[in-house]
Amino acid sequence: MADLDYKGVWVYIEQKNGTAAGVSWELLGAGAELAKKLGTELAAVVIGNNAAQLCQEAFAYGAAKVYLLDDPVFQYYRTEPYYKSIVQLVNKYKPEVLLLGSTGVGRDLAGAVATALKTGLTEGCTKLDIDDKGLLLMTRPAYSGNIMATIVSPNARPQMATVRPRAMVMPVKDATRHGEIIREPAAIREEAIGVKVLEVIDSAQQGSGTVGLTNAEIIICVGRGVQSKENFQLLQDLADAMGGKVACTRAAVEDEIAPLDYWVGQSGITVRPKVYIACGVSGAIQHLAGMRDSGVIVAINYDRQAPIYEVSTYGIEGDCLQVIPAMTSYVKELKEKKS
Amino acid sequence: MLIVVCIKEVPDSAYINLNPANGLLIRQGVPSVLNPFDAHALEESVKLKEKYNFRVAAICMGLPSAEVTLRKALAMGVDEVVLISDPAYSGADVLATSLVLSEAIKKLAEKDEIAMVLCGKQTIDGATGQVGPGIATRLNYSQLTLVDKIENVDPSAKKVKVRRTVDGWFETIEATLPAMITVVPQINHPREPAVRMQMMADRAQVTRWDNSVLKLDAQGVGAAGSPTHVNKIFSQTMPESEILGDGISDPEGAARALIDTLIANDMFSV
Repeated sequence: MADLDYKGVWVYIEQKNGTAAGVSWELLGAGAELAKKLGTELAAVVIGNNAAQLCQEAFAYGAAKVYLLDDPVFQYYRTEPYYKSIVQLVNKYKPEVLLLGSTGVGRDLAGAVATALKTGLTEGCTKLDIDDKGLLLMTRPAYSGNIMATIVSPNARPQMATVRPRAMVMPVKDATRHGEIIREPAAIREEAIGVKVLEVIDSAQQGSGTVGLTNAEIIICVGRGVQSKENFQLLQDLADAMGGKVACTRAAVEDEIAPLDYWVGQSGITVRPKVYIACGVSGAIQHLAGMRDSGVIVAINYDRQAPIYEVSTYGIEGDCLQVIPAMTSYVKELKEKKS
Repeated sequence: MLIVVCIKEVPDSAYINLNPANGLLIRQGVPSVLNPFDAHALEESVKLKEKYNFRVAAICMGLPSAEVTLRKALAMGVDEVVLISDPAYSGADVLATSLVLSEAIKKLAEKDEIAMVLCGKQTIDGATGQVGPGIATRLNYSQLTLVDKIENVDPSAKKVKVRRTVDGWFETIEATLPAMITVVPQINHPREPAVRMQMMADRAQVTRWDNSVLKLDAQGVGAAGSPTHVNKIFSQTMPESEILGDGISDPEGAARALIDTLIANDMFSV
């Protein structure tokens, strides 16, 4: 039987070059509600090199306490120093809940931390709650998102979950809030770390293709209904006008309408833009698995029975080859009016 | 030196059904396939074998029927396969899964020094992406997730140089071996095995390990060794989509309505 005498809700603040990932602040909002239900305290964990300025921001977003680990060893994210330091911190202060963002970094870190602590971890949650026994209820989509599963970790602490970006509401920032900063040391020295980061390149420098897609706020997706390589340009024009990126389905790759680099789906790239406009996309289950967490999904497809309509917020029943150019010219018209 | 590839047999996503009464996957009648992400890990291991002369072993924890999936790995060019199957291992979550796989890797390491463990970035059924990090942590290997390029391996200096594709940036990393690497699909295009390789694979030996071989404490494996469990399962209901304008007779009007709606809801601005 595990030691259940753990108290407090912790949120890991993921940062890069001193800027926090949005999901970390969203988690402080969600964490505050959990802490209230549990009658306990909300704390943030800030790890970095010269990252102290994030403490004030964490208070503003609702943390009552910040555990700050500030050391040159944390200049870049690397699994070993980060996970060993969190494990040391958890073993010292014993929080009952530990939340991280379900991002590339968050998933890398959470798996190592949970394994080292021999505790349960639920990946990619979209909803968190507390049951009447004070257990954390972690709900996540399962099997391509058709089914939701609520997971519990009754006998292991801390109860760990990663949460998808934009699944929780961003809390209101209140700069007048203050809290307590607790400084703790790194658990490992540079000499003992076997991993070195040689170079970091922002994908914004990389132009289009796969990496641009994971960051894009607006994605225009090419489906089989786009019909030809020549029509691809119509969607590229819309993406350019809206400041977005073009993606495609597996079917569009097979029909040689779009290149493989743009493929979104279960075995392709997973994306979560603010707006996903699916053009001539039927919505095969494997495609939906790669994009259903988008903020707003728009279906442009004359087949109202197509599965894409089951996940979309808005739809236009029509030929995307007529609708898309009309959208492009309207966006351009609005831009001209503005300037 | 040895490369170990961890693969999983998963239900074909086109035929997924769950029993709503207990939340368990209905396996009956659902065809199983190699997890598509793992095909990229297998391909990369065979490429590394061709370039650096590593030996490659593929391991799979699953039902006895997963032997078919391991034969596919043989056909792609791996040298040895091990099926890890025991009723005691069923119902395992991430923690219990990484334990069994790590112990199997340790057993392989008794015969040959391990250079790398390769995994797909996640499975299509569980989709946690956490088993790889679990293995790295248990074995104290360098953990390199989301790798889209293995640039160089230096077995004598025990170094590997990879590129990771993280949340909007690329990282070039040098790490000491042994390393646990999870690969993204962009890393390569998995080969279609030649008929000759397929025939060889069909006749090849599949090693089977159960708990009489791994000798793990029954409390630490399968459902008993899993801290998490499913409390409730339900289907996701989506609200009906809102149809804007008349796209057939007035595509232009519908296009304008959509852009106006996105602007009004703060999803887009000019």
